[in-house]
Amino acid sequence: MTPVLELQQVSFAYRGRTAPVVEDIALTVNSGQSLALVGESGAGKTTLLRLLLGLTRPTTGAVRFDGEELKLRDREVMRRFRRSVQCVFQDPYSSLDPRQRVGQIVSEPLRALGMDTRQTAVPKVARALEQVGLPADTAERYPHEFSGGQRQRIAIARATVCGPRVLLADEPVSALDVTTRVKVVDLLKELKQEHGLTLVMVSHDLSVVASLCERTAVLENGRIVEQGTTAEVLGAPRHPYTARLVASVPRLPAAGP
Amino acid sequence: MSILDIRDLVIRTADGRTLVDHLSLSLAPGERLGLIGESGSGKSLTSLAVLGLLPEGMTMSGSIELGDTQIVGASERQLIRVRGHDAAIVFQEPLTALDPLMRVGRQIAEPLGRRRGLKGTALKRAVTAALEQVRLPEPERIARAFPHEISGGQRQRVALAMALACDPRLLIADEPTTALDVTVQSELLDLLDALVREREMAVLFVSHDLAVVAKVAERVLVLKDGRAVEEGAVRDIVNAPREQYTKTLVDSARQLESALVQRSGR
Repeated sequence: MTPVLELQQVSFAYRGRTAPVVEDIALTVNSGQSLALVGESGAGKTTLLRLLLGLTRPTTGAVRFDGEELKLRDREVMRRFRRSVQCVFQDPYSSLDPRQRVGQIVSEPLRALGMDTRQTAVPKVARALEQVGLPADTAERYPHEFSGGQRQRIAIARATVCGPRVLLADEPVSALDVTTRVKVVDLLKELKQEHGLTLVMVSHDLSVVASLCERTAVLENGRIVEQGTTAEVLGAPRHPYTARLVASVPRLPAAGP
Repeated sequence: MSILDIRDLVIRTADGRTLVDHLSLSLAPGERLGLIGESGSGKSLTSLAVLGLLPEGMTMSGSIELGDTQIVGASERQLIRVRGHDAAIVFQEPLTALDPLMRVGRQIAEPLGRRRGLKGTALKRAVTAALEQVRLPEPERIARAFPHEISGGQRQRVALAMALACDPRLLIADEPTTALDVTVQSELLDLLDALVREREMAVLFVSHDLAVVAKVAERVLVLKDGRAVEEGAVRDIVNAPREQYTKTLVDSARQLESALVQRSGR
């Protein structure tokens, strides 16, 4: 089976800098195998996500989408790509335009991709909002009327409205309170199961990773130090950094004396 | 005799909304209390109120006795005497808590010079000692650095060194590890735990994360919408919550944790 997304020996360095931000990255995303990118701040997680999103061009190596090299200048390829690959960001307060009604925000991908007009988008927007568990009148309201968790649902509705196969998410729940976090994690789980969505998620929270992703890649200083199934990587870490990461997760006190 | 005694604290905004509603809590010397709640629960406001640091326009009533000082209604002069001495605070975001234009050493020197009247080489030595006690490597180099030149974990250690500089009897820590990576968080929590134990310092630890609170505090107070929901030993609250809200909070944390346990087998 052709992977949906693939990074082949990818390196990226900022112009004028010799030290690469990420180096020698080989990564494949197969349909139905959600992938977590784990690592500390500065490890290059977000850069990888930007590469996968086609927002950054690799210095060397190639990004492939459905087996075909992603050409950022080829509008036809990119349009197909955007229909299939959408994203959700960390902070639901800055990722939604405060001056637009939710309906307009959520319908944007449909209009930008030339799939719908404002009118024909309406039922699709309603369905997307319903899918993320928001009331029907949400489309008429503005982002400030919603809580952080609801806003992240709006962002997820926007990302899923055009029926993508892959959802790239940069710390999608880390800005949320724990009770809200659980609900959004459940929502993402549901989208995976019922709509066959594949997640590629950057996260530093291993319990969220374990809840959502079948596979995990661990990054340290711009390199992948370990990757495999989440159970292998977190259950029997081979790299010392991964072991330290797993050991550092604070746990609730156990029952008993 | 408690070091901090809050009775019926009410904090209101200028337009009359109540953000903290008749909150009472007390801390004995050397005791560690966790204040836990979600965004908007009033946990940070409560911790700011203890040092008389409420944002402009907010008013408080009730009573906050910190050591021998009544904070509610205290003059700025009285408050300055209390801050850093009776209680000191470490904030969530070390980059905003530190002055970006001042070398780290000078920022630590300020409370040391003011409170302990140290000068010259004695002051310099005290700064180095303060950095050493928070286990920072190469204290001389760090003292000369600007905040942006050191890592987030190092910055938070500097903020901790500043808070400890005048040997406060109470340390208030407001989400001190939330902005840090999980491995750095774990190191900092261990450090904080060791330092307050050595000094028999009381701690008010504010956090949204039960597992983090459990590492530092013995007792927790659960806050929701400015009101105390439940108070008790960490272990009891986590294993046998009495109130529905606490249950939801614990269940959420447990659900995430169990996913990790299931996948990793540990």
